Amino acid sequence: METLLAVKNLSIHFGGLRALDDVCFSVTAGERLAIIGPNGAGKTTLFQLLSGMLFPSSGKIFAFGRDITRLSAHRRAILGMGRTFQVTNLFPKLTVLGNVLLAVEAAGAAKFNLLRPLSSYKPLFVQAEGILKQWGIWDRRDIPVRSLSYGEQRQLEIILTLSQNRSLLLLDEPTCGLSPEEAKSLVSIIRSLPRDVTVLLIDHDIDVIFEVAEKVMVLHLGRVLAFGSPDEVKRNEQVQKIYMGTQS
Amino acid sequence: MAFFITQTINGIVFGVLLFILAAGLTLMLGTMRIVNLAHGSYYLLGGYIGFSIAKETNNFFLACLGGLFAIGILGMGTYKAILSKHFARGVLSQVLITFGMFLIITDLCRWIWGGIPLAIPRPELLQGSISISNIVLPAYRLAVILIGVMITVFLWWFHERTKYGAIVRAGVDDEEMTQSIGINISLVKTLVFSIGALLAGFAGVVGGPYVGLYTGLGMDILLLALVVVIIGGMGSLWGALIGALFIGLLDSFGKSLLPEFSLFTMFAAMVIVLAIKPNGLFGARG
Amino acid sequence: MMGFLYLRMAMVTALLAVCPLFLSSFYTGLMILMLIFAIFAMSLDILQGFTGLTSLGHAAFWGTSAYIMGILNVKVFKGCYYGADLIAGVLSAAVVASILGLIVLRSREIYFLMILLASSMMLWGIAFKWRSLTGGDDGLPGISRPDLSLIGLDLGRTTHYYYFVLFFFIVSAILMYLVVHSSFGHTLLGIREGETRMRSLGYNVWLQKYIAFIVSAIFAGLAGGLITYYNGFVNPSDLHLVTSAEALIMVILGGAGTLIGPAIGAGIIILIKNIVSGYTEHWMIILGAIYILTVIFAPQGVYHLFEQWLRKEGLVWKRSSP
Repeated sequence: METLLAVKNLSIHFGGLRALDDVCFSVTAGERLAIIGPNGAGKTTLFQLLSGMLFPSSGKIFAFGRDITRLSAHRRAILGMGRTFQVTNLFPKLTVLGNVLLAVEAAGAAKFNLLRPLSSYKPLFVQAEGILKQWGIWDRRDIPVRSLSYGEQRQLEIILTLSQNRSLLLLDEPTCGLSPEEAKSLVSIIRSLPRDVTVLLIDHDIDVIFEVAEKVMVLHLGRVLAFGSPDEVKRNEQVQKIYMGTQS
Repeated sequence: MAFFITQTINGIVFGVLLFILAAGLTLMLGTMRIVNLAHGSYYLLGGYIGFSIAKETNNFFLACLGGLFAIGILGMGTYKAILSKHFARGVLSQVLITFGMFLIITDLCRWIWGGIPLAIPRPELLQGSISISNIVLPAYRLAVILIGVMITVFLWWFHERTKYGAIVRAGVDDEEMTQSIGINISLVKTLVFSIGALLAGFAGVVGGPYVGLYTGLGMDILLLALVVVIIGGMGSLWGALIGALFIGLLDSFGKSLLPEFSLFTMFAAMVIVLAIKPNGLFGARG
Repeated sequence: MMGFLYLRMAMVTALLAVCPLFLSSFYTGLMILMLIFAIFAMSLDILQGFTGLTSLGHAAFWGTSAYIMGILNVKVFKGCYYGADLIAGVLSAAVVASILGLIVLRSREIYFLMILLASSMMLWGIAFKWRSLTGGDDGLPGISRPDLSLIGLDLGRTTHYYYFVLFFFIVSAILMYLVVHSSFGHTLLGIREGETRMRSLGYNVWLQKYIAFIVSAIFAGLAGGLITYYNGFVNPSDLHLVTSAEALIMVILGGAGTLIGPAIGAGIIILIKNIVSGYTEHWMIILGAIYILTVIFAPQGVYHLFEQWLRKEGLVWKRSSP
């Protein structure tokens, strides 16, 4: 099993605050790794570093067979990294169709064509239509995203990322704020992802973790507290101490 | 040698004025994300008001107080009445409102005081000069440097030692969060804006005998203050101080050595700094 | 609803084509100014309304083009040289944009605004001080218009110059419309709405902005050239913050993100400026008041109010962009 992602001694500090301290771990291709920890543990910061929105103070990140530590965010996306955001990050004034078109447009040369109308790119529209129909939101396509319900927006957040068929997915609290049914359907979506897709998942919901994760990493105050199978981590005393009384 | 020292003194004096302006600007930027384009016209109006007071009362000290209070009140009023109500729309609204104020104030100044350049006479106490070997150091300029030191100390105290300064430093925006600690964030913002405006007006009077007063001055000095903030870094008082002294010296030496290209030199300096640190020397990481 | 759009555009074009027949020379001259500033404002809208970049330095492109054109026209070619001066002007605007873009586009929003403002004012300062090249404060007079006698146009006549400008206005408007409705234009909307998302989707956001910046500068430069032919001179105010701010208020007042809005905004501002200057020399105070009032009362712009009214009256039509 090849290593898809390896993180070595990753640290970042803001002023005097060490948000992440000497984090090391690796993920094999196709693995499902859940990242958990109390608020402020550094989980989203880790994703920011992995995806290239932030650069570390020290340490290295290796992915797709190369050192991507200093690589810009969009280059990492092109290499195969996809991401969803904890706080929904869509294009509010554009329609659902417009949002999906942007996801689909990213790969080709269309984005540099200054004179040809977007509407003339039939293949893009066909692709977008396919995606929207697959997810059952084709009839919502002309609605501006800001008019959608929170649950619909969260769903679109995932759809946008999945539609690009990336091989390494960083999902940041995808079930955040969803109803139990919505969360359930999301979990089955994640479980049905193909085996060649590697998934890193941040979540607070223990049930979700146990249904999806093959490995679990616990972050606490910017450090890796535990790393192992879900059962191993559950039995870890330190982890139990932290989660004592913190029922998610 | 004498040339070098004189230009350095001139540079520092101008730098002091720029610092007073830039400090206000950068604090407003850091706390409220407001680019106060009216700042240069605050300086100008303060100077003109000081001029009129000095002319009537022959009292320079009174002129300083007048400029200070008048602009402080103007700033506070503008902030409370207009600016604080239009935060949500972002940078664009602040920019348009403050620029509108700039135009109105500048034209009012031209209307009231005319287009001919004026200067405030130096106070009698400081009309002399000190001579060291063959270098003449005008007393007024030394006094301005002293004032600069005092203001730097005051701002340092406010920024580092008061709870208001702590809020400013933290760059905290969140109304709910600060209220739970017992601090009224909108009071802090009003305070920052008013202090900034007040300092600008004060600087206008203090600079009156040295820089003079003319219609285009508001724009000229705003531009330089902006360059100082750009180089120094948004929200950083240290950056404002170092940037102001740097630009002041650059301006002083530039004007005497390469008068046609002094602005170009500053532009080049700005570009070089930005190439290494896109958000200024002491600004947040890019 | 493209048919409806074409109909409206055709009607507007026809109206613009016939107005000189009904208007006096003075008002035709005013229309010329409105069309030129409309191009300027629309070019700024590409940045402000479509990409979400607020710029107070747009005069840098307008003014650089004006100066390069003026200098070539008066000092080098001693005439237009078949429009080479205009072409050079537009190219110089693109060059300035490609240089400034490298400096400015890496910085955060507020920094972008301040640096562009400072840069264009520095260009102003250079033009102001470099008397030998630019004429300094007095500017460069004596710029001549092209000789189009071959196609029967005497650009010295206001009406003929109007058609000259109208031609460029229509061409620019069509090109800018195509750009903002192209797939590239769609990515600009994405940047405006969610830059971080765009980066994580794999877009080189910096590059898209850079291209938009240069494209916008080209049209601003064209407008700067046209105004220079019209005025017959250039002076430092063409590079000044006040000119940049006028363009911005035209965009906001008209309605950012619509292209048509800014064109209308340009018309409104030119009209008001002209009326006001007839009564008082304190245009600056009025302009300042317009800025403040627009932000407070009409931040979405006049065009959106018009659209809302149309929607209420039942004359609804769909936006053509997704």
